[in-house]
Amino acid sequence: MVDSTVVLNGQTLAYTCYCLAILLVMAWFGYKITRPGKDNKIANALFYSFTGMLVVLGVSLHIVTFNTIPWAPMDLNRADIKADKVFNITIEKHKFTLPEQTLNISCNEKVLFSVLSHDLTYGFGLFRQDNSMVFQMQVVPGHPNDILWQFDRPGIYTIRSTEYSGPTGWNIVLKDAVIVTCNTTANN
Amino acid sequence: MNFLQTLIKGEQAMFKPDGLTPMQKLTLRFVVIGLVYYAFAVIEGMLMRIYEIRPIPAISTNQFFAIMTAHPLVGIFGSTYSIVFGAFLFLVPFLMKKPLWSIKLANWNFWLVTIGTFTFWFSGFLTHYAPLYTLYWPLPVDFTQFSILGGIFFILGIALVMLGTVFFVINVFATITYTPEGWDKQPSCALLSSALGISGVRNLFSKNKKEHLVSLPVAAIARGTVDVALNSGIIIFTGVLILVYMVFALFGVSLKDTAIDALLYKNWFWWGLDLVADGLVLIFVAGTWYLLATLITGKKLFMENIARTALLVELIVSWTVWSHHLLSDQAQPGFLKVLSGEMVTAFELITQGLAFFITLATLWSARPLKMTNPLKFLLGGLLGFALAVPAGIMQADIGLNRILHNTQWVIGPHVHVAVLVGLAMTLYAAIYILFPILTNGAQLYSQKLANFHFWGQLIGGIGMGAFMGMAGLHGMLRRSLYVNGEFNTYMILAGLCGALLLFAFLAFFFNIVMSVGINGVIGIFMPSKLKTKELVPAQE
Ligand code: HEM
Ligand SMILES: [Cu+2]
Repeated sequence: MVDSTVVLNGQTLAYTCYCLAILLVMAWFGYKITRPGKDNKIANALFYSFTGMLVVLGVSLHIVTFNTIPWAPMDLNRADIKADKVFNITIEKHKFTLPEQTLNISCNEKVLFSVLSHDLTYGFGLFRQDNSMVFQMQVVPGHPNDILWQFDRPGIYTIRSTEYSGPTGWNIVLKDAVIVTCNTTANN
Repeated sequence: MNFLQTLIKGEQAMFKPDGLTPMQKLTLRFVVIGLVYYAFAVIEGMLMRIYEIRPIPAISTNQFFAIMTAHPLVGIFGSTYSIVFGAFLFLVPFLMKKPLWSIKLANWNFWLVTIGTFTFWFSGFLTHYAPLYTLYWPLPVDFTQFSILGGIFFILGIALVMLGTVFFVINVFATITYTPEGWDKQPSCALLSSALGISGVRNLFSKNKKEHLVSLPVAAIARGTVDVALNSGIIIFTGVLILVYMVFALFGVSLKDTAIDALLYKNWFWWGLDLVADGLVLIFVAGTWYLLATLITGKKLFMENIARTALLVELIVSWTVWSHHLLSDQAQPGFLKVLSGEMVTAFELITQGLAFFITLATLWSARPLKMTNPLKFLLGGLLGFALAVPAGIMQADIGLNRILHNTQWVIGPHVHVAVLVGLAMTLYAAIYILFPILTNGAQLYSQKLANFHFWGQLIGGIGMGAFMGMAGLHGMLRRSLYVNGEFNTYMILAGLCGALLLFAFLAFFFNIVMSVGINGVIGIFMPSKLKTKELVPAQE
């Protein structure tokens, strides 16, 4: 499965280009409407094409992401996918309890992180050494919260609670708690 | 006139509060209080901006999160609600050419929002009650972290605001439908059905098409007000629930918090909260754009019937999109994530995109236009939504939400650009266009300051959103603290943009005070000398 930075970079690029374009359009528009113009009537065809474009964009965005972001279909179907490894994690009084000191994972294993909260709403996220995020989910008390993930590269990751759980809970961090190793001979 | 005289009497002493009608005073009071609470929110925002660069020793983390709890609530209820209520309580009668149903109720509305906001702000300030506005169960009743009394006063403050809000709802619908004294009987039901769009839908299917009885902006106000009403219902219900837990705790009885299902609670609360963000804000803003565009150009709205339909679609959509806030909740049913979270949410791109296009097309039809303050700010507001809505649509995606949720991205390029650029600039455009009507022709003190406000708000707002967004894309969480300077480059840049926003607001505030004078500001809060239900004084 591709690393989430790839998706993030794609998204950043697309959104940045869009922002620059719309800034220019508005600047152009702001200039143009202060000038006299010949044809002031907007053609209905333009309006309907614009509407059509919005519809196409709105519909295609999710279809495209569903087919290109690997964790999206895996997430929706995770009940039917057998995990290679399951980690049962609990959280209570602003403290995570892991099944082992560090969670050791091999590349391309399908790993299920299952997190239960015994009191408040928390979050569960994995972060790289440079603080960027691999993924996160919410941890709601009284419900199962699980996420299936597949790592394609070695790394050491930090667990953080990604949801605010009161002023005591701003720093629920387990540094370097997840270690992914890749056996170079393993093929998948 | 020298500086001091202007400061006291206003620009060229043109503003005479004695000549204001009770309705003008009412709206001006709402606007003044709305701006004062905006100042609260800006100062709180700036404190948090500094804190996120380096924690301020005098402010504990408990207080930091109390500020973070108060900030959006003061911003939305104290500031935005006040300005919007003030403007719409004036505009509905203005556009329907009939008096407001009840000025007395409107005054109660004003005081309840003002005092309620102060109550919750002050109890947060004193006791550091800090569950944040999302109130994820059971955090609001976690008395190992929060003071019970602080919580009770906080929730009571919110309840006062909600009561005031209910009065607004009543006043708007009563004004649309009632028959003023001495008038021919008004067709209440037909007016209501036109305002809500029911007759418009019926027109689609029937041969004899009926005229629209209410104008488009009134229809927008009515439809947005439906969401205001539903939202206050949800907040009151949730507030009462929390209060019950608090009152029992006060008497030493601890109710089991597991009696409430945290996920179900999250669903209903987001259903209610989203009626603000994806409901009334979008509808009110679109309605205001249409009104501004027609007032600025003096032309009919482009594609008016489609605009009306889009407003109705937006209302219905706003009831069905809440799941986009639960895309990272793994126990949330997948079909709700896909249907409500992704698909229905995508409609917002269409409705808001249409509103954007229709407004621009209407402006275009009146070329050349003079770049007045209302037009400038209107364009700023349009740009704000053009930036923030696609950001929202991207988040509302199962794949992308996994790496965006609860990061600074959500709260930067989406929320703050929507609020500070999209919403705030639209409101400033409305304030500028109403200013001469509400003040009987007072003069603006300085156009230079108005320009500085415009650019400061625009660049500061977009800039702050952008730098928060970059931090978010690099993994920086919201509602969190990074005390080792992990994201300092972005946080310093965001802080500079925040400072620009603060200065822009100060320039605007100073400009308004210099325009009406300190005497004028005081005069707004004195009882009106005119005994009239008219909106503006009768011409002599
Ligand atoms: C087309 C319009 C909009 C769309 C599609 C949209 C979509 C979204 C989505 C999907 C989220 C959830 C992100 C996450 O938590 O992962 C979100 C959050 C948020 N939106 Fe919007 N939104 C829209 C308009 C607005 C407007 C107009 C406002 C405010 C005036 C607003 C205020 C917020 C706020 C405050 C949050 C953060 C909620 C939280 O505390 O978690 N949104 N929006
Ligand atoms: Cu929403």
